[in-house]
Amino acid sequence: MGILVAVLSGFLVALAAPWLTRWFGDRVGWVIALLPLSITIYLLTFIPDLADGGSVRYSIEWIPALNINLSFHVDGLGLVFALLISGIGTLIMLYGGGYLQGHHQLGRFYLYILMFMASMLGVVLADNIITFFVFFELTSLTSYLLIGFDHNASKSRYSARQALLVTGIGGQFLLVGLILLAIAGGGWEFSVLVDQADVIQDHALYVPIMFLILGGAFTKSAQVPFHFWLPGAMAAPTPVSAYLHSATMVKAGVYLMARINPTIGGTDLWQFVLVTFGAATMLLGAYLAVQRTDLKQLLAYTTVSSLGTLTLLIGIGTDVALKAAMVFLVVHSLYKGALFMVAGTIDHETGTRDIRVLGGLRKLMPITSIGAAVAALSMAGIPPLFGFIGKELVYEAVLDLDTFAIIIAVVAVVSNILMVVVAGITGIQPFIGEEKETPKHAHEAPASLYIGPLVLGTLSLVVGAIPALIDTSIMEPAVSAVAGQPVEVTLYIWHGVNAMLIMSIITVAVGVVVFMGRQQLRSVTNQTNLLAALGPEAIYAHLLAGLDWLSRTQTKIIQNGYLRFYFLTIIVVLVVSAIYPLMAYGNIQLAGDLSDVRIYEWVVVAIVLMSAIMAVRAQSRLAAVAALGIVGYGVATIYILYGAPDLAMTQILVETLTVILFVLVLYRLPQFATLSERGSRIRDAIIAGTGGLLMTLLVLVVSNERFYDSISQFHAEESYPSAFGRNVVNVILVDFRAIDTFGEIIVLAVAGIGVYALLRLRLWEDRSEEK
Amino acid sequence: MSHDLLVALPIVIPLVTGVIALLFYEQRETQRIISAIGAAALLIAGIALLLEVRAEGILVSDMGGWPAPFGIPFVADLLSAVLVMMTGLIAFTVALYSLATMDPRRESFGFYPLFHILLMGIAGSFLTGDMFNLFVWFEVMLIASFVLIALGGERAQLEGAIKYVALNLISSAILLAAIGLLYGVAGTLNMADLGMKLQDVDEPWLVTTIGMLFLVSFGIKAAIFPMFFWLPASYHTPPIAVTALVAALLSKVGVYALIRAFTLIFTQETGYTHQILLVVAGLTMVTGVLGAVAQYEVRKLLSFHIISQIGYMLVGLAILSPLALAGSIFYIVHNMVTKTNLFLISGAAYRLQGTYELKQLGSLYRYHPYISALFFVSAMALAGMPPFSGFFAKLTLVRGSLEVEHYIIVAVALFTSVLTLFSMTKIWTEGYWTPSEAEENDELPPGVNSWPGWNSQMLAMFVPIIILATLSVGMGIFAQPVISLLIETAEQLLEPSLYIEAVIGDES
Repeated sequence: MGILVAVLSGFLVALAAPWLTRWFGDRVGWVIALLPLSITIYLLTFIPDLADGGSVRYSIEWIPALNINLSFHVDGLGLVFALLISGIGTLIMLYGGGYLQGHHQLGRFYLYILMFMASMLGVVLADNIITFFVFFELTSLTSYLLIGFDHNASKSRYSARQALLVTGIGGQFLLVGLILLAIAGGGWEFSVLVDQADVIQDHALYVPIMFLILGGAFTKSAQVPFHFWLPGAMAAPTPVSAYLHSATMVKAGVYLMARINPTIGGTDLWQFVLVTFGAATMLLGAYLAVQRTDLKQLLAYTTVSSLGTLTLLIGIGTDVALKAAMVFLVVHSLYKGALFMVAGTIDHETGTRDIRVLGGLRKLMPITSIGAAVAALSMAGIPPLFGFIGKELVYEAVLDLDTFAIIIAVVAVVSNILMVVVAGITGIQPFIGEEKETPKHAHEAPASLYIGPLVLGTLSLVVGAIPALIDTSIMEPAVSAVAGQPVEVTLYIWHGVNAMLIMSIITVAVGVVVFMGRQQLRSVTNQTNLLAALGPEAIYAHLLAGLDWLSRTQTKIIQNGYLRFYFLTIIVVLVVSAIYPLMAYGNIQLAGDLSDVRIYEWVVVAIVLMSAIMAVRAQSRLAAVAALGIVGYGVATIYILYGAPDLAMTQILVETLTVILFVLVLYRLPQFATLSERGSRIRDAIIAGTGGLLMTLLVLVVSNERFYDSISQFHAEESYPSAFGRNVVNVILVDFRAIDTFGEIIVLAVAGIGVYALLRLRLWEDRSEEK
Repeated sequence: MSHDLLVALPIVIPLVTGVIALLFYEQRETQRIISAIGAAALLIAGIALLLEVRAEGILVSDMGGWPAPFGIPFVADLLSAVLVMMTGLIAFTVALYSLATMDPRRESFGFYPLFHILLMGIAGSFLTGDMFNLFVWFEVMLIASFVLIALGGERAQLEGAIKYVALNLISSAILLAAIGLLYGVAGTLNMADLGMKLQDVDEPWLVTTIGMLFLVSFGIKAAIFPMFFWLPASYHTPPIAVTALVAALLSKVGVYALIRAFTLIFTQETGYTHQILLVVAGLTMVTGVLGAVAQYEVRKLLSFHIISQIGYMLVGLAILSPLALAGSIFYIVHNMVTKTNLFLISGAAYRLQGTYELKQLGSLYRYHPYISALFFVSAMALAGMPPFSGFFAKLTLVRGSLEVEHYIIVAVALFTSVLTLFSMTKIWTEGYWTPSEAEENDELPPGVNSWPGWNSQMLAMFVPIIILATLSVGMGIFAQPVISLLIETAEQLLEPSLYIEAVIGDES
């Protein structure tokens, strides 16, 4: 029950957020932060339960018809994520209040970000795969609203939509993947499916399932080639970037891979795909980062790189790798959240995020600079910060690889060297050196802005120095959950001198050197920017343009506005769809016994046919109307010949009336003209002729086939004894099937209203008279 | 309440309402009251009918006391009852909305009588158990909707109305021919009787041939590919209340007729007919949504989306699995709510800013947060985002299709879903987020100062919107009762003997 409240309370408080903002004004951040804070404290109470290898599950039915439960499962993996979400969430709620102080849409900000937080908690705690998916999509949706927060800027609107579409497409893949997974594994809960790993991995659909699920994970977690939406998402206010697009939401894909690892992971294909994409993302993200000059862009691309690292580690899948993944996850969230907040603070205080004009802020913003420095050192992997432990583990995991260990190790080292450089650029450089002229003169930020980096920095330092604080209590259950079996986790800051340490030393040393030459590095790497024209973001733009073109062209062709084309299409469809079953039926006898047909019947038929042709070929409307009239009278004659005089009378009345009405309106119509080409008339004639032929064939066929006797026998027999009428047709019309007649009367009445209204009410003319 | 009355009420109530409104032709105010009461009564009757059908099974009422198949029965199975209830809901919400938005001139020229006669035609179509009688109700619907679309006589309206009526008359002509042919081979027009007699005839392909004529005729009504032309040609021309009403109901009647005919009567060669339905469903989705993507006028955009969504409504019919069919019916229900509401909300935006053009709309998000929230919820529901109704409709359909290994249609459906999201965010981006020209010039956009506050007119406008938005959310978060009802509905449809027995009885 408590878990349910912890997850859903965010939605309720979110709905109240606009009012809370109104009541509490500038202090609203402190009030709202109480919610994630209490959730964090609540989550901490789970630690003892989980440390013994246990887990806590809570489930109520939601939509049992589709096997959807509101089921939550707190295990080590979920707990680590949930703690990051609520813990960093607490700081972000505070930070957001300071950052957006006085913003007229602060209430909406809290509405969305609280909803996001609740959704994100749902993602990492949900056990039911559909419930998981619901929350997963909700994070995309809230992210959309948050990226577009600054909605008057077209960049924000564009990026918001781009992020939503990319993650949305991934979401569709994921949905199918999850449903197929459930079908293959015979269960709808992660905790059930994990026991079916063998069945699922042997299933015929295993490969599609894996790719579909990874489609969701890769788009969400910005793996190459879907990484481009993430830097774009930096159009969001910085608290959003810090929270969603570095610490939490973008890790939802990583979470998914970790969660699903014991179920579908561990195969060669899985390993190959994750290692390949992970390594590529890791390297490319770091490479693209160092070209940037905007603090947030730098951080965004390193986030991409880190997400690649996490994917790589999960892909390697050994105990060490999973341990590294979980540690690096925490490491990254701590330092990246802090650096983003610092970037926002710098922006807030100086009015710019361009590193080329930032410098010497340590005197003006001493507290912020401490937070920044600690975070940067962790990012660079300097002991005794937690980042050092993380990087050691990453190297250990990489060296463990069976194949391609060297290549991946080189990739890892190069990426990490670039990380050191970016850590220096983002966390150190703005604070050192000469004070520079900035759009605004900087002051130390208010407490709400520096608390976040300070707290996160302290955490990096404390758990780095004393990893025993979290290793068996928090990290071990998490790693075990990802591995699907108990894994012992003890973390040390000092491993003795080994390969990893040497790699670390090389990384930092080279990193520092490159940092010194960062301007040259930027100008060299900028040379490759031309390639961006071939990159996925350009492809995305082309796809949108192509979609636009396709949709307009298609619509112009199909919905072209010509009624005659519409008629034509319908007739063609009719003929085409009926022709196959008619052929399959096959028993078409064109002419039955014609000897019964009397000569005057032939004459009537000839007249009808000729008039029909005349009506089509007529050169004036009057002639066409007259010819149509003859068709009608001819049909009436047939009725008479077959003994239905009342029907014939009706037909003659209707035909007469129609002709008169036609003649009356002829005066109001424009001059008759033949506008169509000869070719198109021939085409029309063929199609119309085929349609007519089809109907004729069908009538002939049906007159030969009669599966059952008509029920009209009943009507004839019962007309007098039961319905007290001698004229069967009348009795059918007013008694047996009186409802039909009643409906037709209504039709006439409505037509009357319509004619009256259309003649009398001409709003268009009224309006032109007014003018 | 007697079953006969319960089944007939959804037809009687709008008839009586329409007639009384007609009697007060000169008194506009009276007509408004009558209309609102009649629409509410229809909703209540619809709910009562559904409750009864669910409790008692299929209800049949033989009109005039003539036993089926000799007379005309009204039959309420779960599908009919669900759709009648939804018709009541749409009637009620749009009737209220009309009070706030319909111009007095149109009100004076028979808007309310026409409105209710249209409802009568729709309820009649859902309830009749006789093929020819269905044709009659189609005619009632057609003439009433034609006059409603044309009422006012504005040039665009007439142009749209002509295309609307001309193409629908083709459909009627084909339907009439098909009915004649069917009567020729089966000697009966009672649907249950047809279903029973045609199940194992010697010549299934002949029946299938006739079935294709029904497919084309109903397909035109349902606006399926490639016969949907009338819909985008006409729906954007009348006042928004009319658009909302016809958009919610007309094409759904066509879908209903397809479902009825191709679960009850034409099931001889499902390998052919239902394969065609499946292909058509996919093409309808894609062409519809591409049409929508190309539009920059809100009503046109939404109209093309109707077509696209029709595709989803056919998938379940084509696949004939209970879950997929339930998903398709869920789509019908969800669309009636959500799409109607999107039209109503666009009408509210029109009221504020006087345009339906996305390029001219703007600033709604900044200045009208509540309208924005209502739109966003509905738009995301339409795009199938959780936790709104559209998602669970999509989920039911997708799961139903995957379980019977129909992968391609799932891919098409989800592709369409992304494009739906794309075009919904287009409205949101252009109309809501983007600052309007006025705001760019540091002025307040139109409509901000002309907001009259919550007077009765504004309530009549927004209460329906709020009801429908609540349903878009509610049918998602509380989807369980909806889905279990619709699975029952689908199972009933896939067991035609239930329908046949209820109508014909065991003795024949």
